[in-house]
Amino acid sequence: MNIIVCLKQVPDTTELKIDPVTGTLIRKGVPSIINPDDKNALEEALKLKDKYEDVKITVLSMGPAQAEEALREALAMGADDTILLSDRAFGGADTWATSETLAAAIRKIGNYDIIFAGRQAIDGDTAQVGPQIAERLNLPQVTYVQSFDIKDGKVTVKRALEDGYEIIEVNTPVLLTTIKELNTPRYMSVNGIFTCYGEGKYKVWGLNDIDVDVTNIGLKGSPTQVKKSFTPEQKGAGEILKGTTKEVTTLLVSKLKEKHLI
Amino acid sequence: MDFNFTKEQEMVKKMVRAFTETEVKPLAQEVDETERFPIETVEKMKKYGILGMCMPVQYGGAGADELSYAITVEELSRYCATTGVIASAHNSLACWPIYKFGTEAQKEKYLRPLATGEKLGAFGLTEPNAGTDAASQQSRAYLDGDEWVINGTKIFITNGNQADIYVIFAMTDPSKGTRGITAFIIERGMKGFTYGKIENKMGIRGSATTELIFDNLRIPKENLLGEVGKGFKIAMQTLDGGRIGIAAQALGIAQGALDETVKYIKQREQFGRPISKFQALQFDIADMVTEVEAARLLVYQAAQAKAEGKNYSKLAAIAKLFASKAAMNVTTKAVQLHGGYGYTKDYPVERMMRDAKITEIYEGTSEVQRMVIAANTLG
Ligand SMILES: Cc1cc2nc3c(=O)[nH]c(=O)nc-3n(C[C@H](O)[C@H](O)[C@H](O)COP(=O)(O)OP(=O)(O)OC[C@H]3O[C@@H](n4cnc5c(N)ncnc54)[C@H](O)[C@@H]3O)c2cc1C
Repeated sequence: MNIIVCLKQVPDTTELKIDPVTGTLIRKGVPSIINPDDKNALEEALKLKDKYEDVKITVLSMGPAQAEEALREALAMGADDTILLSDRAFGGADTWATSETLAAAIRKIGNYDIIFAGRQAIDGDTAQVGPQIAERLNLPQVTYVQSFDIKDGKVTVKRALEDGYEIIEVNTPVLLTTIKELNTPRYMSVNGIFTCYGEGKYKVWGLNDIDVDVTNIGLKGSPTQVKKSFTPEQKGAGEILKGTTKEVTTLLVSKLKEKHLI
Repeated sequence: MDFNFTKEQEMVKKMVRAFTETEVKPLAQEVDETERFPIETVEKMKKYGILGMCMPVQYGGAGADELSYAITVEELSRYCATTGVIASAHNSLACWPIYKFGTEAQKEKYLRPLATGEKLGAFGLTEPNAGTDAASQQSRAYLDGDEWVINGTKIFITNGNQADIYVIFAMTDPSKGTRGITAFIIERGMKGFTYGKIENKMGIRGSATTELIFDNLRIPKENLLGEVGKGFKIAMQTLDGGRIGIAAQALGIAQGALDETVKYIKQREQFGRPISKFQALQFDIADMVTEVEAARLLVYQAAQAKAEGKNYSKLAAIAKLFASKAAMNVTTKAVQLHGGYGYTKDYPVERMMRDAKITEIYEGTSEVQRMVIAANTLG
């Protein structure tokens, strides 16, 4: 079974701070991590590798050279191969151009059974890239996968909904996007760390390595453009009413009346 | 001199830190209070390749370098010195002597399961009457046909009743003194091998410290480790390396106590302000940081020397002497800076202070480290 995992390196937003003067994000010194949902995607692939002998995991990422770090970490967790799509021509891409580039790379890798991608990246929160890749490759897709099983080439997944779930059976090849409820990602292993720099485990592909139309990728190929970034205005703090049930309800009713809400 | 970690060492640090925070830290207090050997952590350390990490890939290890190993024991010990010593005794005291002195057949049979972590190792040198004076071994071994017959008692053995494979020492020719001591490999469950007293300790209370009793223990002739009469040399060389692990453990304990203290004094208020605003306490913190950083350089220096195949006996003794003292000083200060709260079990620093003390005692007391350093210096 051949599995491709799409993985992105992102700034650790839990470590992000806002400049109190300018109100913008301070990106300097923020550590980079593997996007959390993507770690769940990788973990599910690794679980299959633990279970079956013939599983090969290729991790694919698009990003700047420094994303090598995330891919080496994926190798140290147990992936077999990694490919970084890195080229000036890929830069500044929106989700449309990104999925075009990733899909081209996946076509080149070929012969895959399952593509796992994280639901969304914490630095963009669009949740678009996974589904778009499936569309471009003409594959069935299931998003928000919270549990996964495979038997005789048939995949059964639980797809999380806001207030419940669907159980979906789907044939391979298939693209699945994963959420954190799916599993608990493992750590790197010491053995993995000391083999992850081994020859041939990490490749960089540029524009000339994949078959894409340059007008469809990178900044120029991106139909969406960011006009302006801003930090939303902080909402005022809520008010907590205290007292006995009677006092609180009376107070609540009078306050709602005050605002002409009732 | 290059003070930078390799990429692999950076990754080891990141990985063990995450592992410790999530898997080890939550158990530390309970393991201490109930004197429970954290078997589930041992299982996890096996899964992540920590247990036999320095052994070559050829034998099932991870092929890690000594500095990565020191970083690992340090990070584990930041929250749980019990876990630190389990890993240290296994790696340094059981895997290493078999790797260094074992035959190819012994490496296949005993090193492989130790290196993969499938089996846990221990090292039995100390006896009731042979502590610092390890040469006065009273355990006796003699060859009877194709078997060695061993009688005697070992005391204070780390991983004692939890291990599967043991490197032990016994006198084969008392007339020859230190040259009459021989090393052997024994296995759990061998006839004539039982466990005695389990120590009730001040610190590292989750680690198993037990007696090993050999009562006409018969082992195959080929379980001799190294050569007859070379046991003392094997023991001393093994402890040279083991001291790097204990020094790293001490460093980790000190760092852990320092971290807790910095956090605490910034939020504890007296006289209307955080106590970290008082210069007297700031100076204490400065001294603690200085001791920790100095210890770190010495520990890493010794580990790096071993990794590079240089003579590390003296450097390891210096590192252990200094780091264990630092651990004692820093943890004692940590309790002081926590005031009455530090004396209670609501905060981890009292445990860290109790844990720190053992690093000045085992694998050679501080007095012994001074003897090693002086002998290496004076010739
Ligand atoms: C928790 C724990 C775990 C241990 N794990 C192991 C293990 O896994 N394997 C193992 O083999 N052993 C182990 N030990 C034993 C440990 O290494 C010994 O306790 C240590 O070497 C000291 O020996 P002793 O206890 O007999 O003290 P003693 O030798 O009686 O020493 C008492 C004091 O006298 C000092 N002293 C003795 N001789 C001299 C001298 N010539 N000059 C100056 N001072 C001297 C010592 O430094 C010490 O301060 C462990 C001990 C403990 C407590």
